[in-house]
Amino acid sequence: MDKTTVEEKMLAILADICADDIVYEERDIDLFDAGLLDSMAAIEVLVSIEDEFGVEIAPTEHERNEMNTVNKIIHQVCARL
Amino acid sequence: MEFYTRPSFFILLAIAIVPAAILGFAGKRIKPYGITASLFFLGLLFSNSPSELGAFLLFLLVSSASAYATLRAKRLSKNEQLTFRLSLAVTIAPLVIYKIAAVFDENLLGFLGISYITFKSVQVLIEIHDGLITELNPINYLYFLIFFAPFTSGPVDRSKRFNEDANRTFSKEEYADMLARGLMLLLIGAVYKTVIASILYTGYTPTPLEGGLSGIAGAIKDSYMYGFYLFFDFAGYSLMAMGAGYCFGIKVPRNFNAPFLALDVKDFWNRWHISLSTWLRDFVFMRFVRWSMRHKVFPSRLQTACCGYLINFIIMGAWHGLTIDYLIYGLYYGVLMGLTDVYQKKSSFHKKHRKKRWYKALQWAVTINLIMIGMSIFSGQMHLIIGGIIHG
Repeated sequence: MDKTTVEEKMLAILADICADDIVYEERDIDLFDAGLLDSMAAIEVLVSIEDEFGVEIAPTEHERNEMNTVNKIIHQVCARL
Repeated sequence: MEFYTRPSFFILLAIAIVPAAILGFAGKRIKPYGITASLFFLGLLFSNSPSELGAFLLFLLVSSASAYATLRAKRLSKNEQLTFRLSLAVTIAPLVIYKIAAVFDENLLGFLGISYITFKSVQVLIEIHDGLITELNPINYLYFLIFFAPFTSGPVDRSKRFNEDANRTFSKEEYADMLARGLMLLLIGAVYKTVIASILYTGYTPTPLEGGLSGIAGAIKDSYMYGFYLFFDFAGYSLMAMGAGYCFGIKVPRNFNAPFLALDVKDFWNRWHISLSTWLRDFVFMRFVRWSMRHKVFPSRLQTACCGYLINFIIMGAWHGLTIDYLIYGLYYGVLMGLTDVYQKKSSFHKKHRKKRWYKALQWAVTINLIMIGMSIFSGQMHLIIGGIIHG
């Protein structure tokens, strides 16, 4: 899977979970600070990543500040594929 | 000898910090000395109670055996799930037995700090199972568990973070900064706990509810007094534990962040007893949510979240003690967290106004009163009031 495909799929997942298309535009905002993600949604993201890419990321594998923006999440997925 | 209460402890702590400071300024690792000092302080902690010392040593044995058994099973990919579950069960067992025995006024397997050391052991165990911890140096592991500064009541550190601090050295400037902060935190914490909390506690005089407005005003005053007392007492202790940690080169995490400024109860739990709430978030709430999503237990995400909150906070309540007050306290927050989530996700009124100043002020006023009702349940005041009403 190339990076563009991962990016497209990941953006669709995040837009769905955050219920906001802003994720397509603002890829470097802190999703927790912006109120788009909480602990519940963070797990939805991890489970969706498992389903979509077969990549398992444990809940405490990263500090929040390592997976709090669209770009950082895409980076973490790409790093595992 | 209890920590952070008697003058004798503070004198010993001041003396114990001197060698740590000398090592720190010399750019040497403080760890070997930190282990020695921890053994000394734990020796004092258990000096009057051989049974607690025995329970503590038994816990260390069980906890280490579990951690290494899980690590081995993971490495060999043999009976991994079974070993992990058994290890988890035996690591939690002493705390569970202790809490149940306490209901019958017995002390079984208990020792000062059992709750907090259990959190730390379980974190290591789960992260071994997750594949996040692949090596476990026995010295690092034991130092993480026995480090004296946060031993009795937290803050609950994480092993990876702790070991990074414990195994590094500091430049002179870095250590000077840490030591200055550490001493400052110790001082502020001491003022919080021994001065402010003590004064506030004298204002906490709960009684069964008396008739009329003055009775209700009195009850509200008591719940606020207790809330502020508990904050200054526990935040004061936590600052001191943090301060002592800093002097030994360990950046013990912060436990409170202006909790009474919270705008909703979710925000409150991000600010109150942070190391406990984030531990529960990471190892109870998130695990439950992940499990129920993978198995599609609930039809909607909101139901999953609500059930997750209930489980998370009932465990929190039970961890404080298996008494009716603590269990109701847990249930209270479990329900409130769920309701908050439903309200914030579903209410167009909330979505429309959430950034406005008047709305935030209203949210704050509602939240602080919800928090104080929680305090009243936690302190037993509510029990007293309701008991009074029932029995006339």
